[in-house]
Amino acid sequence: MDLLEYQGKQLFARHGLDVSDGRAVTTVEDAVAAANELGYPVVVKAQVLIGGRGKAGGVKLASNEDEAREHATNILGLDIRGHIVHELWIEKASDIADEYYASILLDRSAKAPLLMFSKEGGIDIEEVAANTPEKLVRHHIDALDGLSREEALKIAEQGGVEADLTDGVADILVSLYEVWTQEDATLTEINPLIVTPDRKVKALDAKVTLDNNALYRHPENAELKVHGEEDPQEAKAAEHGLQYVALDGDIGILGNGAGLVMSTLDVVAQAGGSPANFLDAGGGSDAETIKQGVEVILGNPKVKAVLFNIFGGITRCDEVANGLIAAFAEINPTVPFVVRLDGTNDVQGRELLEQAALPNVHPAKTMNEAAEKVVALAKEQS
Amino acid sequence: MAVLVDSGTRLAVAGITGREGSFHTLNNRTYGTNVVGGVTPGKGGQDVEGIPVFNSWAECAEASQPNAAMIFVPPRFAADSILEAAAAGVALVVAITEGIPAHDELRVYNTLKRDFPGTTLIGPNCPGVLSPGKANIGIIPASFFKPGNVGVVSRSGTLTYQIGNEIAQRGFGNSSIVGIGGDPVPGSSFVDIIALFEADPETELIVLSGEIGGSAEEEAADYIAEHVTKPVIGYIAGFTAPPGKQMGHAGAIVSGSSGTAAAKAEALEAKGVRVGRTPTEVAEIAVQILGG
Repeated sequence: MDLLEYQGKQLFARHGLDVSDGRAVTTVEDAVAAANELGYPVVVKAQVLIGGRGKAGGVKLASNEDEAREHATNILGLDIRGHIVHELWIEKASDIADEYYASILLDRSAKAPLLMFSKEGGIDIEEVAANTPEKLVRHHIDALDGLSREEALKIAEQGGVEADLTDGVADILVSLYEVWTQEDATLTEINPLIVTPDRKVKALDAKVTLDNNALYRHPENAELKVHGEEDPQEAKAAEHGLQYVALDGDIGILGNGAGLVMSTLDVVAQAGGSPANFLDAGGGSDAETIKQGVEVILGNPKVKAVLFNIFGGITRCDEVANGLIAAFAEINPTVPFVVRLDGTNDVQGRELLEQAALPNVHPAKTMNEAAEKVVALAKEQS
Repeated sequence: MAVLVDSGTRLAVAGITGREGSFHTLNNRTYGTNVVGGVTPGKGGQDVEGIPVFNSWAECAEASQPNAAMIFVPPRFAADSILEAAAAGVALVVAITEGIPAHDELRVYNTLKRDFPGTTLIGPNCPGVLSPGKANIGIIPASFFKPGNVGVVSRSGTLTYQIGNEIAQRGFGNSSIVGIGGDPVPGSSFVDIIALFEADPETELIVLSGEIGGSAEEEAADYIAEHVTKPVIGYIAGFTAPPGKQMGHAGAIVSGSSGTAAAKAEALEAKGVRVGRTPTEVAEIAVQILGG
């Protein structure tokens, strides 16, 4: 789960990291009131889960009430590469002498937390890594022993931080690792980490990803889910415990098992089609789950045809067939379905579908045949 | 021969008294796996269809001498159960549980490496290990597979069944099928399992089934080029996955420009591994290589 900048900053503050005072608002009036309360100059910042907000016009400095109103009006509702701005963070402006970079992420290859620090902050860190790798300190933290203050000091020194700032930077790194471990984060990033003219180190931005699997340990974080950003079908699927990802095509997909569903999307694309979604009904999915899956898929008006690709292991094909029959009884879909059932109880499943004689449901023997059929049917509909 | 599990396997199961745990344990036993015990705290002294249940891994190990553990407990208890099994001296731990926090997996991986290097962990979030005709640990539907000489290692369960079944339909069987799981910090990687298949005399062909996220497939490509003499066929799922979206598995996510299916397929092909574009093509290449 990705957090908005201000949510990340609130987590940071909880662990002793220095951040600027600010207010989260959703209307122009509240934005102006917050700016007046904080005192000018303020920065008006779009809160969306995508980088490059500044370049897109989503971050503006306001030195008086008129400017605050103007910027808030312009930024609310702005479309930043498909992300509509519903929320603003109004923050007291900071004086900046220097911009650094600090992050901790899960290095899957090393199976350890990777701390990265650079004095070259404020820009895309992948550019620093590619062009001037000597300016980026990469340090693997021992996942069992953690990050000591001595280690953090060494990283600051290695990064070329001036002597009067090494303590401040080390404190930040230690706190950042505390956020990483205690909040079950898989990414904590500060870019830029600024040095103020009076030589203080402070987080001017915050990028945090929390582990969904660990939210049970952090009920207060579970409430941070950014609702305005969610696709409505994804939200509905999540309520039913289905793994759904919205895509931009017109062929609805349902399968069992994440790998098989990903593979199904690929095979449909290779057959010349464009998948509308990823939907993993899960191992052992019963008729009710299948019915809910059909509802979620058909909730997307772009869907012109639907492909069921099931290889039953724990999942029983007769249950899938019953789910589809139940869904047809309730929803009466108008788009064609292609159904491929293989694996546990496949013969019974196919028989059930044949007896039910659902309108516009086409059986397929193999995954490839199913993909070709559904692509052809979707094209007929358009 | 096979890898990891065979007729010498003595299996004990954490979570054996749960609905899923007992169902799959009994399935495994029906298949021929020697199930010697189970662990559920507070239920020691009971039995599941004759399989004795113990309160702890230490008690189970002392009484039943398991050499393999299957973990079927809920996510919040799974990390400790894995480590307890390792501490009790169990050499192979297969963790089926899905949804274990990434930080717990980091702790488990690094603790095993430091304190219990003799224990191999498969999973978590995996379907298990099947050596057809010998033994099955986990939830792989064994009836689709028969003994043979193709070793399969995969991050996904159902995709493994799809590929394995296509190979079986063309008349070939498997030495072992190993599901390493879909999480960000798996106990064993492609490299670990490919090394076992390379050393296994029964395995003549290795199938690697990967997916988006991380760099385990790229690491496998490098390893294969340097250390593997047997033919390897690759498959990668997720060419159509958009960046930043988790595709079902916790570990299946393209982060920025890294972890894409295209990059993985290219890395494998650059090292001479043939990559099938569909599960069917994987089976067809297998038939060509094995001389069907």
